[in-house]
Amino acid sequence: MKSTTIPLHRNPKLRSFVLQASLLLLVTYALFSVYQTTVSNLEDRGIKTSIGFFDEVAPFKVGYSPFLEFKLGETTYIEVFFIGVLNTLLVAVLGILAATFLGFFIGVMRTSQNWLASKCALFYVETFRNMPLLLQIMFWNFAIFLAFLPPPKQSIEMGLLFLNSRGLHTPIPVIENHLLSTIWFGIIFASFIGAFVFAKWSKKRFESTGKSLPVFLISISSIIAVSYISFVILGSPLGIDIPVLGKFNFKGGGQLPLPLFSLWFALTIYTSAFIAENVRAGISSISKGQVEAARSIGLTRAQMVRMIILPQALRVVIPPTISQYLNLTKNSSLAIAVGFEEVVAVWANISLNQTGQALIIIAMTIVFYECCSLFTSFILNIYNKRVQITER
Amino acid sequence: MADSTLKFKKLPDRDPPENTIGWIAWIRDNLFSSATNTLTTLIFVYLFYLYIPPFIEWAIINANISGTDRSVCDANKSGACWTFIKVRLEQLLFGLYFASNPEQTWRPIVAFSVFGMLIFPLVIDKTPHKKWLLLALLTLYPVLFICVVYGGVFGIPVSDTGQWGGLLLTFALSFVGIIVALPLGILLALGRRSEMPIVKMMSVTYIEFWRGTPLITILFMASVMLPLFFPSGVDFDKVVRAMIGITLFQSAYTAEAVRGGLQAIDKGQNEASMALGMGYWRRTILIILPQALKISIPSIVNTFIALFKDTSLVSIIGLLDLLKMAQNSSRSLDWNGYDIEGYLFAGFVFWIFCFGMSSYSQKLERKLDTDRRAE
Repeated sequence: MKSTTIPLHRNPKLRSFVLQASLLLLVTYALFSVYQTTVSNLEDRGIKTSIGFFDEVAPFKVGYSPFLEFKLGETTYIEVFFIGVLNTLLVAVLGILAATFLGFFIGVMRTSQNWLASKCALFYVETFRNMPLLLQIMFWNFAIFLAFLPPPKQSIEMGLLFLNSRGLHTPIPVIENHLLSTIWFGIIFASFIGAFVFAKWSKKRFESTGKSLPVFLISISSIIAVSYISFVILGSPLGIDIPVLGKFNFKGGGQLPLPLFSLWFALTIYTSAFIAENVRAGISSISKGQVEAARSIGLTRAQMVRMIILPQALRVVIPPTISQYLNLTKNSSLAIAVGFEEVVAVWANISLNQTGQALIIIAMTIVFYECCSLFTSFILNIYNKRVQITER
Repeated sequence: MADSTLKFKKLPDRDPPENTIGWIAWIRDNLFSSATNTLTTLIFVYLFYLYIPPFIEWAIINANISGTDRSVCDANKSGACWTFIKVRLEQLLFGLYFASNPEQTWRPIVAFSVFGMLIFPLVIDKTPHKKWLLLALLTLYPVLFICVVYGGVFGIPVSDTGQWGGLLLTFALSFVGIIVALPLGILLALGRRSEMPIVKMMSVTYIEFWRGTPLITILFMASVMLPLFFPSGVDFDKVVRAMIGITLFQSAYTAEAVRGGLQAIDKGQNEASMALGMGYWRRTILIILPQALKISIPSIVNTFIALFKDTSLVSIIGLLDLLKMAQNSSRSLDWNGYDIEGYLFAGFVFWIFCFGMSSYSQKLERKLDTDRRAE
């Protein structure tokens, strides 16, 4: 009888083990030797890789740090890192808010019945999606805003907003009485919880009796009413700081210096083109049968949009839109071209050039962005689990 | 046979109802079907009236194109200064070296035209022997590009990569990124779907690492740290450093695009080829990849578009790509103050390439998306 045992070199388990073990060794060795070479190369240049420089005072000026106070000659490198991170997050949040609104608007316009509106939206999407973001940032900043915005004395006024060649100046709320304003925030929070409970209750009632209430209208108007009345009763615990024209520029209020404003503007326009495309895809992914079925069981148009179209469209729209948010955050690193002080500009560029601590600085920058990326996939996974269609 | 007297008389055909055909009906349906629709139309027409005529006046009617220096444009400020683009065109397209040596300009021109001749038949549906054309584009063309543009053989003088610039550099960077990243990306995608845990883990780590980091950080790393990674004495020039960074970055994105294709292949394909006794590589190369790559072409092309736009980031690490060239030219003393024209031209060139690629990928997507056509 012939032996049926597999020869050793063709045993799949053994082969896979040997392959993986050698791969692991090879990669580990390569990474380790690269690390060692880098450290010794840095030492040849007189740079000892250590985190000791964190507590050294940064010898350069960071002009924009609205959250942490910057003092030349006192602020240390590690604080500069956090200033950069906060500035990145600030522009990311501003950009995400604006791009979402604009993107949904353009996306809905794209599916409009009106031919002109739909074609204009198409033109918008195809123009801004197909040009490099860096070019757009530079175009708005250097060719348009710097060249055409008026000096502070002739600022463009939009209500309480002032736009000039130094940037955008906005009013911001200021806390005048800590205790009362905390109470006020508490009342608003409580009214939101109340609205939430009310919505749950009305849904239950709807499911058992079929009677429905205009939940959204009732909750919104009562939240506004409650917060306004309590604001008055508590004696206005919050004030508003309005920017005032000083000798050279506006003082007070919130300020978006021109680099930040251009970056925000360009990021918003660029990202909104992608979000609009997601929205269009979501709306057109709903089959006609859904709309016809909704009509035939007698839903009103508003009910149809709220209960049939939106839940299905959002399932298609939200995941790629969340990835666009991550892209926007990563793209904010292009700020370096216009001189806005976010993490790549102040940390991976200026601090790196000052200290030469390439390994640590680049690693920290990458870790920061990886955290953003992991956070995004975490949110995406939760969302995808929640909206997964449960099939029998 | 009773009603033999009854005669059928054919009446003349009725005209089609007037309200469903012709341009009047089209306008009514698409522009004035309801009150909101009409209002929208009016708003848009008003906006067009406000913005389009002044733009056309600036960009075309009053534009300057004659002359060779800024005096023409300075004399007529109401129009765009295309003279600037005309004078600097060779720099913008081919970079400093080829613009300053007019007898060498044929080299980038040859490189671009051969590329055009290879790529046009490829995007047309009915071309025969596409496989060979593609193979030529991926293997012979890079060799030709190096020989002609870089030089050093057949008596063609060497052009220093430090002097490369303009569209040529943008093109070279993205082309290298694309063709080197493709095989790397395929391997990574296979690795990510592998059953071997360590291979899978490494591929996932690699892909997510590069995808999570902005390209500008990677370019900084490539330009500052790459020399540190190697023992002293080993050095690359700036363009090669950027190419390495771009390729590593791009391979992760290609891998994700290919993975999408791999996931779409039915399990049965793999099982059937296993049943035929094929080994892993034969299964993969002969059965799985041809199908998977075909499906993933649209998403791969989308990663090309992103990369082509992203190559403009090399201007931040000091390379003179198309964008930087446009910016520098419009900041030079000769043409100071004509930034808008410079950016618009660069943007337009980028736009043509990206729009072309995206139209192609959308066309392919529609072609591949056979199950939706019924609707």
